[in-house]
Amino acid sequence: MRGAFFRALLELAKQDERVHLVVGDLGFGVVEEFARRFPARFLNAGVAEQNMTGIAAGMALSGKIVFTYSIANFPILRCLEQVRNDVCYHNANVKIVAVGGGLAYGALGATHHATEDLAILRSLPRMVVVAPGDPVETEAATRAVTAHAGPCYLRLGRAGEAKIHSTQVDFVLGKAIEMHEGRDITLISTGGMLGTAMQVTDILYNAGVQTRLLSMHTVKPLDTAAIESAVRETGAVFTLEEHSVVGGLGGAVAEFLAENWETPLTFKRFGLPSEFSSFVGSQEYIRGRHGLSAEAVALGICAKLEKVQALASIAKV
Amino acid sequence: MQSNSDCENSVEGFSRRIRLRTLRLIHEAKSSHIGSAFSMVDLLAILYTRILRVDPARPDWFERDRFILSKGHACAPLYVTLAERGFFPREWLDDFYRDGSRLPGHVTHTGIPGVEVSTGSLGHGLPIACGMALTGKRDGSKYRVFAMLSDGECDEGSTWEAVLFAGHHRLDNLIAIVDYNKIQSLGTVKEVLDLEPFAEKWRAFGWGVREINGHNMAQIEETLTRVPAEANKPTCVVAHTIKGKGVSFMENNLLWHYRAPDQEEMAKALVELGAEE
Repeated sequence: MRGAFFRALLELAKQDERVHLVVGDLGFGVVEEFARRFPARFLNAGVAEQNMTGIAAGMALSGKIVFTYSIANFPILRCLEQVRNDVCYHNANVKIVAVGGGLAYGALGATHHATEDLAILRSLPRMVVVAPGDPVETEAATRAVTAHAGPCYLRLGRAGEAKIHSTQVDFVLGKAIEMHEGRDITLISTGGMLGTAMQVTDILYNAGVQTRLLSMHTVKPLDTAAIESAVRETGAVFTLEEHSVVGGLGGAVAEFLAENWETPLTFKRFGLPSEFSSFVGSQEYIRGRHGLSAEAVALGICAKLEKVQALASIAKV
Repeated sequence: MQSNSDCENSVEGFSRRIRLRTLRLIHEAKSSHIGSAFSMVDLLAILYTRILRVDPARPDWFERDRFILSKGHACAPLYVTLAERGFFPREWLDDFYRDGSRLPGHVTHTGIPGVEVSTGSLGHGLPIACGMALTGKRDGSKYRVFAMLSDGECDEGSTWEAVLFAGHHRLDNLIAIVDYNKIQSLGTVKEVLDLEPFAEKWRAFGWGVREINGHNMAQIEETLTRVPAEANKPTCVVAHTIKGKGVSFMENNLLWHYRAPDQEEMAKALVELGAEE
């Protein structure tokens, strides 16, 4: 996703001279081309994220479109009050980009796990929260946040993820992309779990559960129309995210459903427990330990649905 | 209103009028921070009558000088000054701090012409000022950026991040004015977190520094006219001020960081400020 973001950003910068990039002394090997091609629109603010974010707001209030860039929690939590007051309150045209969303930096330890960001950022007024699912969505999301006048948070995974979409996508902020049609259940995924969600969909299909898969790349504003259709047409909703189950995609969907659905409904969030990881490991490893492998999610869905036969068939595989 | 003294049209008269109106505002609203407000009134008066290139008729004029009140709690005299200068009707001041008002107790930009930036949490103003100043330099704009800081907010790490940045980038269109009244929220600056040697700190970070008496009109004007103080450097004006300046029983008294004057105190303060009513 990182490469896709920078490809799109370079293209946008070529077209629009308002586009600026401010980094917090991170991005070795990826920011240099922007710096070389647009030196007057590049700034390394140093290891000082509060100042970086205030500067970005000041630049935006002077007419620029400013991307701040750093890893994991640094451009959001370290400077959360600057994000809230300087960026959101002033409706400053700042796009905060965090690479390493979720457990991308799994082996670096809990300080580098960005696992509460969606919850925190989506609670801020005016903030648009985007977590693209693959490199194709990332390129489209970069263009979309640039076109949106106001604060945005773009949560990227890491470098080198596989493309899930085979072609360009019709990407609109706040509008989910239907990846797979299904009538039995709906699985809603955000961010880098999209690949896993595709595998879950395949596993369930083979076990006789027709799954509608939505890529909910925008967590805020939430595509409530898509959720509403999902409930009406499939009756069961599951969410999947590389984020705490508290307050992220699952929380947002749960809030909407609790207030807007009268009849009993099958619903479950798949995500991370609200804990600091007591072990390290690769992204894949930590996902697995928390039940976020495709098989574990598929089994969890069948268990919730009380589909005994489907459970047995997946377990056999 | 309060006086027909012959210096009414002078900057001293302007300053006195700001203090009087600020006093009434805070008294009627029963709000706080009158000490922090009074310490910077003379600086504000010079800025808005002699220094800042601003146009009340065109508050968003792109080439205007930017003024950022980073010590947003001392907003009352800024609101008064902007109203006096014609940025918005004086009647708006009547609602200061009240239910449904557009003028809250920390400076707010929303719908208020002339206010560049909302602050209130300390340590936010100088970073934003850096962003504006850097943009101005890169774009070849002529505007300057002035930021008014409290001494207390020089405890904030974010302030020093910005000080380091501005020195490194030689933002000579940036002027920080520190209202150094020596009293912060729970005690004197010396007791809480001593800033001294203060001017030397700014110098060490690459700023041109001037230390002035923040109540000496001629010195304030001369200093703020001659910026940058040193070529190719941002300017820091360490303005030695008196918290609560102008009302004897408020001067250098921590209590007036919090208290609003009651009727009796109000009457005394009005006399000291030379109100004629």
